[in-house]
Amino acid sequence: MTRRPVIAAAIFIALAAVPLLGLVMRDGYILSLMTRVMIFAIAALALDLILGFGALVSFGHAAFIGIGAYAMGILASHGYEDAFAGLAAALAASALFALVTGAISLRTKGVYFIMITLAFGQMAFYTASSLRPYGGDDGLTVARRSLVMGRKLLASDLAFYFVALACLVCVYALCRAIVASRFGRVLQGAKQNPARMQAIGFNPYPYQLAAYVVSGMIGGLAGFLLANLTEFVSPAYMSWQRSGELLIMVIMGGVGSLHGAIIGTLAFLLLEEWLSGLTEHWKVIFGPLLVLIVLFMRGGILGLLTRLTGGRIG
Amino acid sequence: MNTTLFFIQLLNGLQLGVLLFLVAAGLTLVFGVMDFINLAHGVQYMLGAYLAVTFTALTGNLFLALPLALIAALAIGLLLEITAFRHLYDRDHLEQVLATFGIILFLNQGVKIVWGAAPLSVPVPETLQGSIAIAQGVLYPVYRLAIIAAGLAVALGLHLVVNHTRVGMLIRAGSTNASMVSALGVDIRRLFMIVFGFGAMLAGFAGIMIAPILSVEPGMGDQILILAFVVIVIGGIGSIRGAFIAALLIGIVDTLGRSFSVDILRMFGMPPSNARAVGPAISSMLVYVLMAAVLFFRPAGLFPAKGR
Repeated sequence: MTRRPVIAAAIFIALAAVPLLGLVMRDGYILSLMTRVMIFAIAALALDLILGFGALVSFGHAAFIGIGAYAMGILASHGYEDAFAGLAAALAASALFALVTGAISLRTKGVYFIMITLAFGQMAFYTASSLRPYGGDDGLTVARRSLVMGRKLLASDLAFYFVALACLVCVYALCRAIVASRFGRVLQGAKQNPARMQAIGFNPYPYQLAAYVVSGMIGGLAGFLLANLTEFVSPAYMSWQRSGELLIMVIMGGVGSLHGAIIGTLAFLLLEEWLSGLTEHWKVIFGPLLVLIVLFMRGGILGLLTRLTGGRIG
Repeated sequence: MNTTLFFIQLLNGLQLGVLLFLVAAGLTLVFGVMDFINLAHGVQYMLGAYLAVTFTALTGNLFLALPLALIAALAIGLLLEITAFRHLYDRDHLEQVLATFGIILFLNQGVKIVWGAAPLSVPVPETLQGSIAIAQGVLYPVYRLAIIAAGLAVALGLHLVVNHTRVGMLIRAGSTNASMVSALGVDIRRLFMIVFGFGAMLAGFAGIMIAPILSVEPGMGDQILILAFVVIVIGGIGSIRGAFIAALLIGIVDTLGRSFSVDILRMFGMPPSNARAVGPAISSMLVYVLMAAVLFFRPAGLFPAKGR
């Protein structure tokens, strides 16, 4: 328990040093790659919050990324380019979507929950593809990054990198605080034994719904950042494959630890980047690697780390 | 919207439903009996189609290719079971999702390496070419009718096996309480292997039959996998009867929605240009709306297996 902040801090410090590495290697690509990694790490944290601590396996979490991204893109296309307005819209839209779909989804349990979240994710996907005024299937190009007080503070890749890093650190701290709070304990109690939680007087439903909404809003934040990074918004952000990848990232890193989600995102996206540079057929290597991770690394990468260090790290 | 078109689309919907049932039957059994989420089930369907391509090219005839491709599909299914899936049965669902997702990546890319990335096709067998009149002035392709007939025959066979044989009894018992079946002295590992191989072969059969009317390409299994999951969830996990009804329902709703959504929207007074923009999205969404609605009213599907 006490070592947890150490790992997370180490990751954040390493991430803060990345721009230096980019400078030394004279490589601008590494900066945008790592910004993307951090944005997906935020989304993975959102998923781990409900998956790892509430056993709510959402197979539609990419929808929140898409909704956040579209909120930013649609506002920008009407000339409202302010970052705070865009962010507020992204958070409000994803919160509303989470509230409505969560209220319905949480009636179901287990696999049925997985599938109903998939259903809502697909509905969001097809809705986005039908938004003809905003690009439909082809997506929507955003003219430039959001403005802060009318100034182009985010236009520099370096500045945007640190904004994303700051968001990641804040989201991590927020999730930590939630998990440690009374609210978080009820959530974890409902994960382990819902009947017993009922018996001692807690109805899990409102707690789970609140957690789902918070998680959705964090996903919306990730979407807002992603739209700013790529200056492009597309229905593909919400495809079920994307939702699946988010799940894979969290499971690969280690479920229910928060920093595991960050490690999993790093591992997934960087492995993908590295292997696809090696060969066109990188999936032939990556696929079996996932199987091996499951067979021989219980608890994902973090589980392996814990065992290798005899529990000192992890 | 005229009646002839409606009737033809109804048959197309039935044909999609029958195919969905073949894929979903294996999925719901594997899930129901072994409590194993197999995302790689759609890949079996894709492999079936690719095997049909290869064996049709070798033998010159889809009928000769069919048994060979079925045996090969079964062999590949069992090979996967022995090398990977067997070690995953006692893991939790999330780990199964991760591992079987890895297998999808591997096999999708694998078929690209073996067969190339370009779409392939299989000729419709000569005896089943052309169309016949199924009503006054309504022509329908013979091959599609053959698919419907074959699918319904398999469904009937499956119904008899599951409800009237010893293995079927064990399967039903297994989907209610697998550990109890094991405790009563049944070799559960062998039962799992039979169910798994059988499911893989059914999905392969669907792939073989669809090969002449769809383009055979990598990733073709992913879309049908998601639809098959929708089917088994609507039907109730572990229930063959539920899978059958839900598969036909999904097939028909999806096909009719795609053909008539624009017309229906226009009938309700939407301007044609808007209807053409919104219609396709609504029709793609329809099956998911249906699933959400079913789960809202019946959180465990239409025909949940008893005791789960």
